[in-house]
Amino acid sequence: MMEVLGNLGDGVLLSIQPLNLMLILIGVTLGLFIGAMPGLGSVNGVAILLPITFLVPPGSAIIFLAAIYYGAMYGGAISSITLGIPGASTAVATTFDGRPLAMQGRARLALVTAAIASFIGGTVANVLFTGFAPLLASVALSFGPPEIFALMLLAFATFVGLGGDDIPKTVFSICVGLVLASVGFDEISGEPRLIFGGITGFLHGINFLVLAIGVYGIGEMLWTIDSTRGKITTTEAEMTVKGTIDDAKEGMRRGWKGTAIGSFLGFFVGILPAAGATPGSLMAYGVSKMVSKKPKEFGKGHPGGVAAPEAANNSASTGAMLPMLTLGIPGSPTTAILLGGMVIWGLTPGPRLFTDQPEFVWGLIGSFYVSNIAAVVVNLAFIPMFIAMLRMPFTLLASMIFVLSVVGGYAATNDMHDVWLMLGFGLAAYFLRKLDYPLAPAVLAIVLGPIAEPTLRQSLLLSSGDATIFLTRPIAGPITVIALILILLPLFKKIWDRARRRNKAVAQGN
Amino acid sequence: MRRAELITAGVLALFSIYLMWKSTELDIGYTRGEGPGGGAWPFWLAGIMLICTGFIAFNALKRRSPPSQSEEPLLDRYGKKMLLLVGGGIFGFIALIDIISMYGAMFVFLVYYLGFLGRHSWRLTMTISILAPIVFFFFFEALMRITLPKGMPFLEPVFNFMNTIIY
Repeated sequence: MMEVLGNLGDGVLLSIQPLNLMLILIGVTLGLFIGAMPGLGSVNGVAILLPITFLVPPGSAIIFLAAIYYGAMYGGAISSITLGIPGASTAVATTFDGRPLAMQGRARLALVTAAIASFIGGTVANVLFTGFAPLLASVALSFGPPEIFALMLLAFATFVGLGGDDIPKTVFSICVGLVLASVGFDEISGEPRLIFGGITGFLHGINFLVLAIGVYGIGEMLWTIDSTRGKITTTEAEMTVKGTIDDAKEGMRRGWKGTAIGSFLGFFVGILPAAGATPGSLMAYGVSKMVSKKPKEFGKGHPGGVAAPEAANNSASTGAMLPMLTLGIPGSPTTAILLGGMVIWGLTPGPRLFTDQPEFVWGLIGSFYVSNIAAVVVNLAFIPMFIAMLRMPFTLLASMIFVLSVVGGYAATNDMHDVWLMLGFGLAAYFLRKLDYPLAPAVLAIVLGPIAEPTLRQSLLLSSGDATIFLTRPIAGPITVIALILILLPLFKKIWDRARRRNKAVAQGN
Repeated sequence: MRRAELITAGVLALFSIYLMWKSTELDIGYTRGEGPGGGAWPFWLAGIMLICTGFIAFNALKRRSPPSQSEEPLLDRYGKKMLLLVGGGIFGFIALIDIISMYGAMFVFLVYYLGFLGRHSWRLTMTISILAPIVFFFFFEALMRITLPKGMPFLEPVFNFMNTIIY
């Protein structure tokens, strides 16, 4: 325990070094803006700004990106509340009660509640992270290819079982991402693979950023313009110090339960590979509504309905870092991109990271604490300004997002082929989004693909082609079983619902 | 939207079949001592995709998914116009990059988007359209040392001049 505290102290000291502290402040502020902008979430921010971090040492770079990530989690709520459009997918649940509050002229109450709940969620998650990360890391050391593949399976299973989206569409999305990840060269035989139309641009594979920017920067933006008809309405919110303090008190009085549920539930959902902050916040909202004494007030403007998802998405965003650092498995699309960044910087995420690069790991953990404090201060200070900024005409905002997407798509690989590909992905994403295909699984899969395929092949090689290796090994076995249960969960639920309905019908018949 | 969902499922099914066929260019079987062939992974994934499209089409036929219950067309008039103007704008932006450089294309796109689509005042449009490429130039070329496309040779003197400022 003392060792952990010592390491943490070093980490905090490292993250308040002038360069890192400056990066945290810039990152948190940028993140707030990015998160607050409809159409841009932490994924976009991190994806677009990833190339910028090649200027500074890896330790500082990840601190910067993590600060953006943190800031965006706070910022997402801002447009969810003031515009009624989730600033990011993680803030979808925040619109349920945030928007009604804003419509009642209580935008300030909602914004302040969101900020405080976010801070509490982040703090709880940081403490849990500090306590559990080294433990999980030591467990992770005993992981071989079958265990890692089982985890990949679990990652995809959580999307299928907990995502709440159309199952065949989710599975389709995962598989497309995995197939796109396999374009390029076959690692084992060295032969070119899936070179569509013989176009040489496919030889270097498809960079995950090309898909991520296409989906979020172009597809999602087109969808936003289409679904809002290009018109976005805002509500006025006045800012006074006394009023803000009163709102803070009211927010916590009515939202403490939601905050507590969000903080803990969010963290554990965040740890689950691939679940991340979006399902975390939605689940926290659902559970808070379930246990509330006045569930009917939810959806009509209850501060608890703002506090729960906001505490959860911040908590989950920290939780998602845990499997990324200790196992090399990202818990969300954003951490998937962070993971990609770490690979580019020459760091190998996974169990060895804690022993090989302790300074990097603890610097990052220390920066979580500092980022969290910085984010709440910056957020509260900027709330009035953000509201003013969001009154900026949407065309202005959208044009800058498109410019950033094109430049970002090019900068990722320095190949115009990828910019065209990005546009293609963007247009495809727009249509698929309209037809309710979830696209986050595809983004996640293209990042996990290069890990999933080799581990599967190595495992099958180990077992001479016997697939039961994933069930018989002590760690891989339970993980595979959980994954299979999660995959089958929607099916069980369907059968259960049907049986219950039938019982009800029988009971009514009597 | 039901028809759109069915057609999309059909197109995606064809795409899956194409991927399966394309995967067979490499070995899709299991080789003793070598493990699964290079084509096996994408082949079976594309197979799962194909099965999924079957379920998606079935759900659409049975009107079980939200889009198949919606009577709205996939693209209404606004959607078509938006796609043409915005999507076309981005297409033009990307097409211009190789001709008049990333910065030139960015300028044209911003003028188009802000001035024509956004109907902002010409003062605002020109201020942003001119400032943005300059900020991007110094940010990428000077600060990040990332070179973005410079277009056709006729622009060389311009960039030679810009480079004298940086270096």
